[in-house]
Amino acid sequence: MPLGFTLRRVLSGSIWILAAVFATRADAEIVDRDFSGRFSAESRWFPETGAFPGQRSLASGFVAEPKLYLEDAAGRSFTLTPFFRYDHSDPRRTHFDLREAYLLLLGDIGDDQWELRLGVDRVFWGVTESQHLVDIVNQIDFVEHPAGESKLGQPMVHLTWSGDWGVAEIFGLPYHRARTFSGLHGRLRLPLVIDNERVVYESAAGEWHFDFASRYSHSFGLLDLGVTLFDGTSREPFLLPGSDAGGMPAFTQYYAQIRQFGLDAQMTVGSWLFKLEAIHRSGARNLLGLEEDYAATVFGGEYTFYSVFGSAADVTLLGEWNYDGRGRNATPNRSPNTLENDLFSGTRLAFNDVQSTEITVSFLSDLGRATRALALEFDRRITGQWSMHLEAVSLLSVDKADLHYAMRDDSFIELNLVYNF
Amino acid sequence: MTRVSPTRSKVLSLAPHLALWACLIAQPPGRAESPASEETGLKIALEARERGEGFGNFTASQAMVLRNKQGRESRRQLRLKVLEVEGDGNKSLFVFDEPRDVRETALLIHGHRESADEQWLYLPALKRVKRISSANRSGSFMGSEFAYEDMGSQEVERFTYRYLRDEPCGELTCTVSERVPVDERSGYRRQLVWRDRDELRVWKVEYYDRKDAHLKTLTFGSYEKHLDRYWYAGEMTMVNHLTGKSTVLNWTDFQFRTDFDERDFTQTGLRRVR
Repeated sequence: MPLGFTLRRVLSGSIWILAAVFATRADAEIVDRDFSGRFSAESRWFPETGAFPGQRSLASGFVAEPKLYLEDAAGRSFTLTPFFRYDHSDPRRTHFDLREAYLLLLGDIGDDQWELRLGVDRVFWGVTESQHLVDIVNQIDFVEHPAGESKLGQPMVHLTWSGDWGVAEIFGLPYHRARTFSGLHGRLRLPLVIDNERVVYESAAGEWHFDFASRYSHSFGLLDLGVTLFDGTSREPFLLPGSDAGGMPAFTQYYAQIRQFGLDAQMTVGSWLFKLEAIHRSGARNLLGLEEDYAATVFGGEYTFYSVFGSAADVTLLGEWNYDGRGRNATPNRSPNTLENDLFSGTRLAFNDVQSTEITVSFLSDLGRATRALALEFDRRITGQWSMHLEAVSLLSVDKADLHYAMRDDSFIELNLVYNF
Repeated sequence: MTRVSPTRSKVLSLAPHLALWACLIAQPPGRAESPASEETGLKIALEARERGEGFGNFTASQAMVLRNKQGRESRRQLRLKVLEVEGDGNKSLFVFDEPRDVRETALLIHGHRESADEQWLYLPALKRVKRISSANRSGSFMGSEFAYEDMGSQEVERFTYRYLRDEPCGELTCTVSERVPVDERSGYRRQLVWRDRDELRVWKVEYYDRKDAHLKTLTFGSYEKHLDRYWYAGEMTMVNHLTGKSTVLNWTDFQFRTDFDERDFTQTGLRRVR
């Protein structure tokens, strides 16, 4: 199990201390204990031959993600969620991660409340569906899924202060996690494998640079608004061609120091949701490797028709436009493809039956290039504990100018059978 | 390669029962006057509301059994917390325990009397809090026979009323009123409500669809008095006469005026549920 040395250090360093502190406190009588989680058998099939020799067509394996929750009489709690994936075709995809391991404390000050989370946690920012532009606290666990919604656990000190005036949050992020990438035999990779062993940082402190993030959010009637700031090591790697320790050609991940301002907003009006995310980022490199400050946005909305044709089913139409001010020099942020001028449209059909059957079809189209992708998802509960997820991603065409041109033959069909406990 | 995140419907479809607590509140007695009038109908509804006021907050567990025509059963389990808000709709927090695939999914509702409710959904897989629309009125959840509007807080302002008659219901005497939804998105043309005269507890509701066909009947049972004053039903059974399907809701573990406070009913509180 490839558990990196640095990761191991972080885990042992921060997590177990917290757990120990919690467990050994004399007054920490556990009044609530809960064990839950999921096991999932997964298979991903790539109908086309890969662009590079040795790439496998079938990626099968399993995922285990148990979760332990402990709470004491004073309302303090500790949450532990380890994650493990085994993949038989790509050793790089077989990996362990600590998704969550945090202590949660909370209390009141006057009319306001505070909450402190110490340890490894995941944080989600944003409102849109086609990409999570403002979301930046956690690194992406890219080998899990190219959509970038699976995220690695992030060590943090997370303080929340809330009152009638809104919610203010600050994050101290003492350690950087490098993005995960497929190996030589894996699919959804670039022409060169990405060196896992050596990661280059702009900061002399390397992965130990102390990053800072903050967020203010509030609901103003129909409007939910969030303003964010991130200052520290980018979560998006710039890839430098070179060679790995064994002398094989490889990409080296380079992480710059960046500053990002973010805005997310949603208006909820009747059956409409109007959504906007925007960022301004400075310090990052563009596709040419030059430092270029830029702004990017994604906005659009969704509309739901409830109980269509007298049935119980709901139909939702989604549309979003993605824009990156760097144009052709844009880099992919949290997905394999650049979203410099891309239109996303989709339909979600929710049957609202006993099995919560749901079908989503979405289409992503680059308005400036010949890149088109179609995705289909099918979800259904089987019993009270079993559920399934079927997904097909078809890369109808990938423009040669796109970085993920190397993945042009990596359309796939995936089936997950999940046991929830 | 993008992915549309799990939707409201997976859970929302579960949400239906959520609002049910509102129906539970068997509002206290009003002396129904005899003239068959709109005024009397409204008076009963207002009196019932008044008698339900002052509970402060409560927590409870809900088990829901969905039964299809062939008798096949499917089960839901959830917990809820309700906070009374003076002069407006209540705040409610629903946390799902079963089915397991939606475990720890939670729904926060800030109910309002004069405007649309505000709703936020918490999706534990992504740790995402999502503001969702409250426009869905007539939709069913989870294939249950309850529609959102059956559960949602039954605010007095959402109907117009007409008192019809008094008649015996079991050993009690009930007032029968007709109520017509104000919202044109409602799936119903009208509803008939049976309340006993002494305590104004709801014992039966008949739902008539837009074509005025008798669609569903909801019956209440196992009433218990809490805090010496508030009657809450322990069992609610909804039967769909068109499909032959039914849904039974059982309420347990009522606890009133517990020490949780308003901070649990915020988006920050929503992220803490488990």
